Amino acid sequence: MKKLLPLTGILTALLSSKSALAEYGLNMTQGVTSTSQDIYDLHMLIFWVCVAIGVVVFGAIFYSIIAFRKSQGAKAAHFHESTTVEFIWTGIPILILIAMAIPASKVLIDIETLEKADLTVKVTGHQWKWQYEYPEQGIGYISNLAQTSKDAIGSDKKPENYLLEVDNPLVLPVDTKIRFLITSSDVIHNWWVPELAVKQDGNPGFINDSWTEIAEEGVYRGQCAELCGKDHGFMPIVVEAVSKDAFAAWIADQKAEEEAAAASATIVWSEEELMASGENIYNASCSGCHQKDGSGMPGVFPAMSGSSITNGPAADHLSIVINGKGGMPAFKMLGDSDLASVITYERKAFGNNGSVVQPSDVTSAR
Amino acid sequence: MSNQDYYVPHGTYWPIIGSIGISTLFVGFANLLHDVSWGGPVMGLGGTIVVFMLFGWLGTVVNESVGGIYNKQVDRSFRWGMSWFIFSEVMFFAAFFGALFYARVLSVPWLGGAGNNLFTPELWEGFKAAWPLVSTPGAIGQNGTEFSVGFELVDAWGLPALNTALLLSSGVTITYAHHALRNGHRNALIAWMVATIALGVLFLGFQITEYGHAYHEGLRLTSGVYGSTFYLLTGFHGFHVTVGAIMLTVILYRIQKGHFSSENHFAFEGVAWYWHFVDVVWLGLFIFVYWL
Amino acid sequence: MNTAAHDDHHGPEKGLLRWIKATNHKDIGTLYLWFAFAMLIVGGALAMGIRAELLHPGLQLMNPHFFNQLTTMHGLIMVFGAIMPAMVGLANWLIPTMVGAPDMALPRLNNWSFWVLPFAALILVSTFFMEGGAPAFGWTFYAPLSTAFAPDSTDFFIFAVHLLGFSSIMGAINIIATVLNMRAPEMRLMDMPLFVWTWLITSFLLIGAMPVLAGVVTMMLTDRNFGTAFFDATGGGDPVMFQHIFWFFGHPEVYIMILPAFGIISHILPTFSRKPLFGYSSMVYATASIAFLSYIVWAHHMYATGMPVAAELYFMYATMLIAVPTGVKVFNWVATMWKGSLTFEAPMLWALSFLFLFTIGGFSGLMLGIAPADIQYHDTYFVVAHFHYVLVTGSLWAIIAATLYWLPKWVGKMYNEKLAKIHFWWAMISVNVLFFPQHFLGLAGMPRRIPDYALQFSDFNWISSIGAFAFGLSFILFAYIVVDCIRNGSPTNSERPWYSAKGLEWTLSSPIPYHSFNTPPSRAQILEESQHS
Ligand code: HEA
Ligand code: HEA
Ligand code: HEC
Ligand code: CUA
Ligand SMILES: [Cu+2]
Repeated sequence: MKKLLPLTGILTALLSSKSALAEYGLNMTQGVTSTSQDIYDLHMLIFWVCVAIGVVVFGAIFYSIIAFRKSQGAKAAHFHESTTVEFIWTGIPILILIAMAIPASKVLIDIETLEKADLTVKVTGHQWKWQYEYPEQGIGYISNLAQTSKDAIGSDKKPENYLLEVDNPLVLPVDTKIRFLITSSDVIHNWWVPELAVKQDGNPGFINDSWTEIAEEGVYRGQCAELCGKDHGFMPIVVEAVSKDAFAAWIADQKAEEEAAAASATIVWSEEELMASGENIYNASCSGCHQKDGSGMPGVFPAMSGSSITNGPAADHLSIVINGKGGMPAFKMLGDSDLASVITYERKAFGNNGSVVQPSDVTSAR
Repeated sequence: MSNQDYYVPHGTYWPIIGSIGISTLFVGFANLLHDVSWGGPVMGLGGTIVVFMLFGWLGTVVNESVGGIYNKQVDRSFRWGMSWFIFSEVMFFAAFFGALFYARVLSVPWLGGAGNNLFTPELWEGFKAAWPLVSTPGAIGQNGTEFSVGFELVDAWGLPALNTALLLSSGVTITYAHHALRNGHRNALIAWMVATIALGVLFLGFQITEYGHAYHEGLRLTSGVYGSTFYLLTGFHGFHVTVGAIMLTVILYRIQKGHFSSENHFAFEGVAWYWHFVDVVWLGLFIFVYWL
Repeated sequence: MNTAAHDDHHGPEKGLLRWIKATNHKDIGTLYLWFAFAMLIVGGALAMGIRAELLHPGLQLMNPHFFNQLTTMHGLIMVFGAIMPAMVGLANWLIPTMVGAPDMALPRLNNWSFWVLPFAALILVSTFFMEGGAPAFGWTFYAPLSTAFAPDSTDFFIFAVHLLGFSSIMGAINIIATVLNMRAPEMRLMDMPLFVWTWLITSFLLIGAMPVLAGVVTMMLTDRNFGTAFFDATGGGDPVMFQHIFWFFGHPEVYIMILPAFGIISHILPTFSRKPLFGYSSMVYATASIAFLSYIVWAHHMYATGMPVAAELYFMYATMLIAVPTGVKVFNWVATMWKGSLTFEAPMLWALSFLFLFTIGGFSGLMLGIAPADIQYHDTYFVVAHFHYVLVTGSLWAIIAATLYWLPKWVGKMYNEKLAKIHFWWAMISVNVLFFPQHFLGLAGMPRRIPDYALQFSDFNWISSIGAFAFGLSFILFAYIVVDCIRNGSPTNSERPWYSAKGLEWTLSSPIPYHSFNTPPSRAQILEESQHS
């Protein structure tokens, strides 16, 4: 047992060597919904059952190691069978498992049944961002990894909530039964927010549903939990749970904003305006694959600089961005002015010399 | 025949040649798929090496067998080997049958909104779940395939039914051949073998004709999941019939050379088992792909 | 009736040709084992890359695409290149000697099973150098990431998997034929030692599961290149169908990697407890039950895919059941030690450590099996911790234990016990530093397969990486111990380097003769050496 002393020494040294102040969780979150609480309780139950069995089994092993050492003069017995004992240790685990299966089934059935939802939110995974739509309210938007986190990936200075911050969080009311409709436009993603205990695959071509009812206002963070390609690690989820009133106000704001955007699509933009807005959108939506400098990734994502599409007729360019093709996602969910600016940006930046594309061109290309 | 020792062969080159051949074949194939100009020829080279290896290896085994080196125990090893190999083939087909059942019983109805997929039809305006699936949910696949929809179905009671009859009777003829072999009726044996091979070849001929019809009616590999399961199942089966027919021909050749005795003819039996397996798979195909 | 016949009798050929043309089970076993070790180093080096990138938050060493390639190839190489071939290597060395046979039943086929492996590995590793890089979709290669969204190298990966599958199937057929047909005539099935039993049952898993893997990669191939729509909803297929077929293979696959390990432990514990294995027949039945259950629990990897609730309930219950036969095995092992007379040579240390750490991995597996709880565990580092506890401190531990336990028999020389003990403690401590914190990371919410993480995960990742480097270095010592034993080891002073060991393999001279058993052992001898006497 002397050997364990240096081990604990090393472990404490390891633990204290880094910022001892940093918060680190050791256990599952209890979350802010009744299901997350149920799951936490179930988790603790099965954990303690395993600990208890472990104490018995490991206890027996340790006892044997200590008591039956040859060096201490132990003589080997010769028994090698006992139907009774074997019967017992087949039976007891079965009983334990039944005892575990009952609460587990209850929780599972509870999670899987929702009679009636007060609010529906459609969540669509794209490589590598989330799209949120409120079909009943008629609004929707895209949620990308926040620029602050993107900028910090290569640097030593990390912002608070590094990699867990987005530009447009999902806003939800508390104390409301919310149904999520989860799907994907390309590969399988998984929408997971630990505090809500919602983790559901978004399968392309299918819609899965899941539900939650948030008990506390607050900001809850999660991540995509299914390998979905290169930037799987960079598509976080932020849920802002607000009061019902604040939610209604937010919906109204959001509607007004979308109307303004629609109006701006009917006017002619200057090239500078298009380029400025295009650069932002490019960096948020396209640079993940085609890279910030437009160089792409040979064999996987084509370069934007010098491409025959970005330098060729606008119609082809519009078509591939709006409808997608193979690994290139469709971006029809972006507004006309956004699409016009990002396409113009691609055609003018990176040393390209394609033509300018106006929002009206997008409208007619759709 | 030796009834003393278990035969442990000395070193052999055939496996390494086989490995080189099969790897060359695959590397060539993969390059061919990506339009590399040398892909095809290299694949051909690999295939040639594999065929060469098969002839060489099996030739050695045949010589040893004819030379009387093997004993009963070696014979049993071959039997175990062949039966579990066939079982592995069964599992290979099981994967494709599984895909067929899954698509038919689960994924297609789900796409139409069955089960807990109430909301899925939102994604597929105008899609009606049905089997056979003659119209796909989307027009263009995720990798850009344009689906060939609106095809005509193959009528189970036309060529497929005839083919079922042919293949089933070939199962009978090979059993007669086996009886003839066991009873030492050489001429009957040869006649039944010829009949079996002829039935197999006839089957293949009809299968090709039927593919021609189906293709003409618009049923392609690209006809969504119906076309996928249809062609992969029947295609792999057809491939196995071809292999089986070739093996039968080799056996026929060996019969003429007098390699088999009424007691000692594992190669014949192995191929017969294989033929029955191909037969049973066809029955499954006929029922689940063509008929129901 | 059971002796070996030859055209001539002068042992193996010389030089490289001996290995290329090998038909001898021991030569082929050696090839397998060295190949597996080489792959362990390659796969381990990739793991070191993973852990180096995860040492600190931020991207320091590589881009995310390359990180995904590392993860994928690490998983594939470890599973198909290291663990499985090592187990087959052990089977080759041991099964003929344990059943009293001169060699494997189909020696030429045996050669082929091995020699496709290096080619498959070559094709697999070469994808790193192709345009677009190696496969980057995880070792589970879920569609459509692996079909419509994958680099061209994926087709090479597919063919490599075909070859690997071919090798495994042929290997399994050979083992079945050997066990069922080459067994000493006087040996009944229930006389067979457990390593033989577990491998026989594993072979059935291989033959049932590997063809399904071949089927699913074939469907991938046609989806990618010939316009089929198996895994594409636009054509009526379903990406989740891929997962069902994959896991129908994938779950038995994990037991393929652990059952032979169970067999190994069932030899080592009795030897160093100087007491017969407890519950021989229930061990056999438990192994068979685990194998059977392994075919009907696959969708416990898919609780998050949106299966109907009835299916989730069924798969949860079936999964939980596996704890019963596995528990029987664990309890039997403990009972084997109970009232024994224990000594702690290196193989015993590894076996004891297996008993602890595998059980911990089993517990986390059971927790994962509880469907509602898996909602929070799924695809986090909790899963990574689980499967490394069962795979590294389970399968790999057993492989190391087996090597140390039987090496003296194979080469007739003893390894350096002192170094072996140092190696054990070094590995035992560092592996826990490496993998234990990953439980915490997973529970705290860190997803797997990510190259960069949020700040609250920094500390445990740092610890885990340090543990990984230390654990990685321990393999240099292991390699030294093995090579040193083969080259300079002191000759074992008896046929039984472990005086208390039982089993037919120990009745052969050390090192084992070229043709293991030229005359089959007698009934008396078999009973004398059996595990239930
Ligand atoms: C050697 C390999 C191995 C072994 C033996 C196991 C053993 C088990 N595994 Fe594991 N598993 C993997 C390898 C393995 N696993 C891998 C590689 C993955 C990840 C794949 C991927 O996604 O990449 C995985 C993932 C995995 C998942 C999916 C997690 C997820 O992705 O969300 C689940 C879920 O059910 C699971 C369950 C189990 C169970 C119940 C066992 C059981 O067999 C364990 C049984 C053992 C015990 C329970 C301990 C001993 C028993 C007792 C002492 C008796 C008393 C106990 C009780 C009554 C509780 N495993
Ligand atoms: C089958 C067996 C097996 C084995 C033995 C291992 C061994 C190891 N594994 Fe692996 N692992 C898997 C199977 C295995 N793994 C699987 C199936 C996955 C899932 C993949 C996926 O998600 O698709 C996985 C995933 C996986 C991850 C998660 C990656 C991710 O999600 O992004 C990590 C991270 O820590 C990891 C680490 C390690 C480490 C540090 C070891 C160490 O034990 C390795 C130790 C060995 C060596 C290091 C080699 C020998 C040493 C030397 C040559 C010394 C010199 C080297 C240096 C010190 C640099 N593994
Ligand atoms: C998920 C990764 C991804 C994202 C994000 C992405 N693209 Fe692409 N893009 C691709 C891939 C893959 C292709 C190649 C498609 C093909 O030819 O099969 C492509 C092709 C293109 C092409 C054609 C280039 C050529 O030379 O063929 C253009 C133009 C383009 N993308 C523009 C955009 C714009 C604009 C955005 C953002 C609004 C964007 N892409 C975001 C992956 C992506
Ligand atoms: Cu989206 Cu991972
Ligand atoms: Cu499993």
